[in-house]
Amino acid sequence: MIGIIDQGMGNILSIRNAFEALGHEVKTCRDAADLRGMQRLVLPGIGAFEDRMAGLTRGGFTAALEDAVWNEGKPILGICLGMHVMADWGTEGGRCRGLGWFGGEVVRLTPADCRLRVPHVGWNEVTFRATSPLFEGVPAGAEFYFVHSYHFRPDVVDGVAAVCHHGGEIVAALQRGHIFATQFHPEKSQAYGLTVLENFARYKS
Amino acid sequence: MLKSRLIPKLQLKPSSRAGSSRMVLVTTVGFASAVEIGDPVSQAKIYEAQGADELIFLDLAATSDGREALVDVIRKVAEHVFMPVTVGGGVRSVDDARLLVANGADKICLNTAALDNPDLIGEIAEVCGTSSVVVSIDYRLDRFGLYRVYSQNGTIPREWQPADWAAEAARRGAGEILLTSIARDGTGRGLDVTLTSQVARTVSIPVITSGGCGQPSHVVAGFIEGMADAVAAGTYFCFRDQNLVQTRAQLVNAAIPVRVMT
Repeated sequence: MIGIIDQGMGNILSIRNAFEALGHEVKTCRDAADLRGMQRLVLPGIGAFEDRMAGLTRGGFTAALEDAVWNEGKPILGICLGMHVMADWGTEGGRCRGLGWFGGEVVRLTPADCRLRVPHVGWNEVTFRATSPLFEGVPAGAEFYFVHSYHFRPDVVDGVAAVCHHGGEIVAALQRGHIFATQFHPEKSQAYGLTVLENFARYKS
Repeated sequence: MLKSRLIPKLQLKPSSRAGSSRMVLVTTVGFASAVEIGDPVSQAKIYEAQGADELIFLDLAATSDGREALVDVIRKVAEHVFMPVTVGGGVRSVDDARLLVANGADKICLNTAALDNPDLIGEIAEVCGTSSVVVSIDYRLDRFGLYRVYSQNGTIPREWQPADWAAEAARRGAGEILLTSIARDGTGRGLDVTLTSQVARTVSIPVITSGGCGQPSHVVAGFIEGMADAVAAGTYFCFRDQNLVQTRAQLVNAAIPVRVMT
């Protein structure tokens, strides 16, 4: 059973539809207690950093996630904003603490080429930096859908599974053991996106 | 690198058949003479199979009591397509935006409401994220021969010129601009690349242009002369002898970076 964390704002339905189309059972977790019966978890995208962290804290999710992910070892996938909140810090609208699972901060995109636009919107090619089970069956240069104005700047390259380019390198995917995160939206990236979700659903630590 | 996008536009209206509350797909010319041409959910599935980059749904009736029918379409579409879906038409509040996002919309499109209350752009961006707000600008030449923004489905002239309003919308938190030429809508005589490039040079957020595509060369011009990041088209993709596959091939020939579907 895959649990999608819902604390008021996020692209829940599309993620649910994608996993269900792949034949997996999904449950929306509105309370921290809902995490208990889940085998793996998803932190969805859409929203704003501070608002999301406030929602997670308010709902008691912060502690429940630490327990589920770090103590019980449940695999988790963070998508877009879901990836951002796994960082140490966010800077959207002021400095805000994240979950601190990946060292680094989330900062505004500043492409070196001023003709390139922010937000980074559309299909972009992904380059693999490490072999990750998330991308099994996905060829190099495959395109995924990105839509974001902020990106994660890691402290160390360790954990960066894939990158893309938009006036500079952008972290496209992270993996640390059973903790996965993607800047792109796999539920919005058609065939290869569904492959990534299927790989996450099947992952065994 | 980031690819240029092809975005089918699906215009919706309640069916004119008596007793039916279904939303149907319509095509328009100059924002008028809406002709019913099919079912939006079926058409969305076709676009998914043909590898569209994303979809834009616009509720042309946009009445405050038409929400259920629109939400129903979006929910059904979200079950079958795995690409981004932008939804607009009568979005007037943060609650309207929340409802659409909860039912499958990835981006919310604002038009008249943003002109009436520009603060709304920032309010929705704060809740849904900046990259989730698209400000839609419908324009035509006014009686003095100047480009002017029109609201309420192209009927009311506003105080803004398109490039200035685009800049203001971006300043207030819009993530993208959707430009539509009212005069060229549905005519197939080509996009307004002059106005498109003017707006593209004024803002640093992505620009989607639409209104008038009739042949692949028009789409090419939208990217090259128009400097747009995306071209949206309604009639072109579903009521003409054009399709996504053939259009992509033409873009590749013109050396425009697009997704190549194998």
